[in-house]
Amino acid sequence: MSWLDVFRGKSKPPPTSAGAAKERLQIVLAHERISRAGDDFLPRLQRELIQVVARYVSIDPKAVNVSLDRGGDMSTLAIEVELPPPSKDAPADAKPEARAS
Amino acid sequence: MAQVIVVTSGKGGVGKTTSSAAFATGLAQAGKKTVVIDFDVGLRNLDLIMGVERRVVFDIVNVITGEAKLNQALIRDKRVDSLSILPASQTRDKDALTKEGVATIIEELSQEFDYILCDSPAGIEKGALLALYFADQAIVVTNPEVSSVRDSDRILGVLQSKSKRAEEKRDPVKEHLIVTRYDPNRVEKGEMLKLDDIREILAIPLLGVIPESESVLKASNTGNPVILDGVSNAGQAYKDAVARFLGEDRPHRFIDPEKRGFLSRLFGGRAA
Repeated sequence: MSWLDVFRGKSKPPPTSAGAAKERLQIVLAHERISRAGDDFLPRLQRELIQVVARYVSIDPKAVNVSLDRGGDMSTLAIEVELPPPSKDAPADAKPEARAS
Repeated sequence: MAQVIVVTSGKGGVGKTTSSAAFATGLAQAGKKTVVIDFDVGLRNLDLIMGVERRVVFDIVNVITGEAKLNQALIRDKRVDSLSILPASQTRDKDALTKEGVATIIEELSQEFDYILCDSPAGIEKGALLALYFADQAIVVTNPEVSSVRDSDRILGVLQSKSKRAEEKRDPVKEHLIVTRYDPNRVEKGEMLKLDDIREILAIPLLGVIPESESVLKASNTGNPVILDGVSNAGQAYKDAVARFLGEDRPHRFIDPEKRGFLSRLFGGRAA
């Protein structure tokens, strides 16, 4: 800024595009780094969950679904364990997925 | 035992091949036996930047498939002793490169060379993963621009999880940052990401800053690595970076705007 700017009426410089670039990068990378680190533990979590649940009820390992959904304010860890029908003579159409697997 | 260095970036067009050519030439100028391998199968370009495109007879895929011996495929540079180039293949077969094949080549090159530079293709597909897999050190090339910085961050994550060193839980790949196409005048005007901001975001040691320079295009036009142009800012900046890589302590140059004259400062004129 030159001293003539005082007379030209220039005050504070407006926010720069480089500043916006830095801010946007920091936000997007913070998000991406978390999910990068997080992706790895899901398969292990799923394996261990199957082991624990299988100690108490008999389950089909394929019928366990673990998903992690990351949002801006809130993230959800959803664990879905599908239990097989109580016995073989249970109505077949009650659990079509179980029969399929 | 040779050091394997990958030159990588994630994003394309940021100066990987220019940097690979300059760095390999600089290491060889410093007396190190150096070979630079083009991993961009299907889109070979290192040969052009190095000016050896008319001397390519065999390529890396010919060596892997056994059609040629490694020594037949290596091109000895005529300008700098102790510099060799192993060109990529122009085949469209993406699976031509195999991990075992590359391992054998690197093993064999290790007997003869001090430094093996791997010029990575863009992206995070097979070619890029193979280029970084055997690395001991990585030179990450970044432009002061959002998409390039983001992709560099991504490739750093890949280096830390998918390299051989990471898989074997050995010491991690040593990372170096080279910022290319830096324009201090635009940085001063707030139009370009500051060097310090890029360093803060990527958080890896800075090896060099290559200023935006007309000499880079001139160098690629004629097939002479820009580091051979000792007059140009870019050439000098690469020379500094190589010296730092070899352990010398050199201050960073070309990172501040050129000094403006007294009258220009007084009246707020634009810097030349």
